[in-house]
Amino acid sequence: MANIMIRQNAAGGLVFYLPKRDLEAAIESIEFDTADKWGGVLMLENGGSYYVDPIAKPARLPISVRAKRLGAAED
Amino acid sequence: MAALTREESAALIAEVLEIYPEKAKKDRAKHLMINDTSLETSKKCITSNRKSLPGVMTMRGCAYAGSKGVVWGPIKDIISISHGPVGCGQYARAGRRNYYVGTTGVDAFCELNITSDFQERDIVFGGDKKLAKLIEEIEILFPLNKGISVQSECPIGLIGDDIEAVSKKAAAQIGKPVIPVRCEGFRGVSQSLGHHIANDSVRDWILSNRDGQAFETTPYDVAILGDYNIGGDAWASRILLEEMGLRVVAQWSGDGTLAEMENTPKVKLNLLHCYRSMNYISRHMEEKYGIPWMEYNFFGPTKIKESLRKIASFFDDKIKEGAERVIEKYTPMMDAVIAKYKPRLEGKKVMLYVGGLRPRHVVGAYEDLGMEVVGTGYEFAHNDDYDRTIKEMGDATLIYDDVTGYEFEEFVKACKPDLIGSGIKEKYVFHKMGIPFRQLHSWDYSGPYHGCDGFAIFAKDMDLTLNNPCWNMMKAPWDKAPVEAEQKAA
Repeated sequence: MANIMIRQNAAGGLVFYLPKRDLEAAIESIEFDTADKWGGVLMLENGGSYYVDPIAKPARLPISVRAKRLGAAED
Repeated sequence: MAALTREESAALIAEVLEIYPEKAKKDRAKHLMINDTSLETSKKCITSNRKSLPGVMTMRGCAYAGSKGVVWGPIKDIISISHGPVGCGQYARAGRRNYYVGTTGVDAFCELNITSDFQERDIVFGGDKKLAKLIEEIEILFPLNKGISVQSECPIGLIGDDIEAVSKKAAAQIGKPVIPVRCEGFRGVSQSLGHHIANDSVRDWILSNRDGQAFETTPYDVAILGDYNIGGDAWASRILLEEMGLRVVAQWSGDGTLAEMENTPKVKLNLLHCYRSMNYISRHMEEKYGIPWMEYNFFGPTKIKESLRKIASFFDDKIKEGAERVIEKYTPMMDAVIAKYKPRLEGKKVMLYVGGLRPRHVVGAYEDLGMEVVGTGYEFAHNDDYDRTIKEMGDATLIYDDVTGYEFEEFVKACKPDLIGSGIKEKYVFHKMGIPFRQLHSWDYSGPYHGCDGFAIFAKDMDLTLNNPCWNMMKAPWDKAPVEAEQKAA
């Protein structure tokens, strides 16, 4: 489990940020993206994937959440 | 046009790596790349932020350097104690030339080395009592300080002193913030982790101090983050921002104060110059206070114009007009600088190897002067820095991460740059090789280089260095005598 931050970039897309490793990557897809369920599997542009417990869609980004690493892209 | 073609660069890298043992070769190969501007991310081409190999000459610093030297040191009204043996503080003292307004020793303390001077006794019995006493003494000697930060050196972590407890107690006693910073030098692989630790300690101990307090804001409040006022850089940047109608509430951390930092959560936009050392706190403020942040670049007219317009796009028409007005005002001055120096510098090749932002930020300034950057690299960057560098650099140029002394010398021999910009440890090596060199960490005792005023100085310095007649005198007289004798005879 790792603390990650999800923020919005200037183009409106989601960006994944892992402070511990200074890893910044665009999020290609997010499993759930509705008002009451948001999260699930995040696919990153660098090939990695993380899982975030689905929550209600945050009113404002960025948000820090706990995420589980599914597929490693780094190292 | 790069100095070398893609094939030549690849051959050069292969040749340079040849000298290493198998394992080291494999590792170092990952840190060298040939730029490909079509790439979006650097992930597949370059590895960064890894431990340097034992036995090679690296130019990196330590976490203490990143925290005390870079982030905490320039805050003028906070006393940063170098907690541990005397050397770390003494050799890091005032080396970065972070200018400030104030009377040193009375209300500003950047240039002082205040240390707990650990002795064997303190290692054996612990240094907590000494630290408490030190803070008491500081209060008597420097009553105008606004806060104290405790910058740990290696032994503090090794012997397990509880500086947090001492700080907490002392803070209650003196009624000022006392901030323990766990930036022991052995943490991490370079000074980069020190920046992160320093940012985290600012976040935990300073940033929210004035939450809920009244603060008179304007819609045009901004903060300058990641400008350490080296040779007056932040002042040169601040002039431009204020002229376009913005109010600069805080400077982080060159010529900055504790009060400025505490007021930063009230600004409308964070302007981030050094991404590497301050992105952490920007991200935190974006999340907690909803303050957007943007990276800007005040090196050279092209980038300044671009950045001013980008900054203005966050505000209303008044600021947008202000930005245009500033650009209009300074364009003749910048054109005059370019007209004067471009003919003297055009077509010259530059190689860079610096720290957090300059390997990519100064590229624009060199290009404005008609020079070409043929190789660049960072001491302690991470992959997000390289992502940003790929777009700034020309195709097929060399990019090197944590380059070793040997590699750098070999690259220079092959690329034959006309000018090298790097640190003091490289300076005299290249001087002896007969290559013009600028120390780009603290501007070689010059500066400022940021902003419009800085660009004029930058151009002048590059010209003075590059066209200095001394470079034609590198050969001993007896070595070149025959040629001249022949000419005379003829």
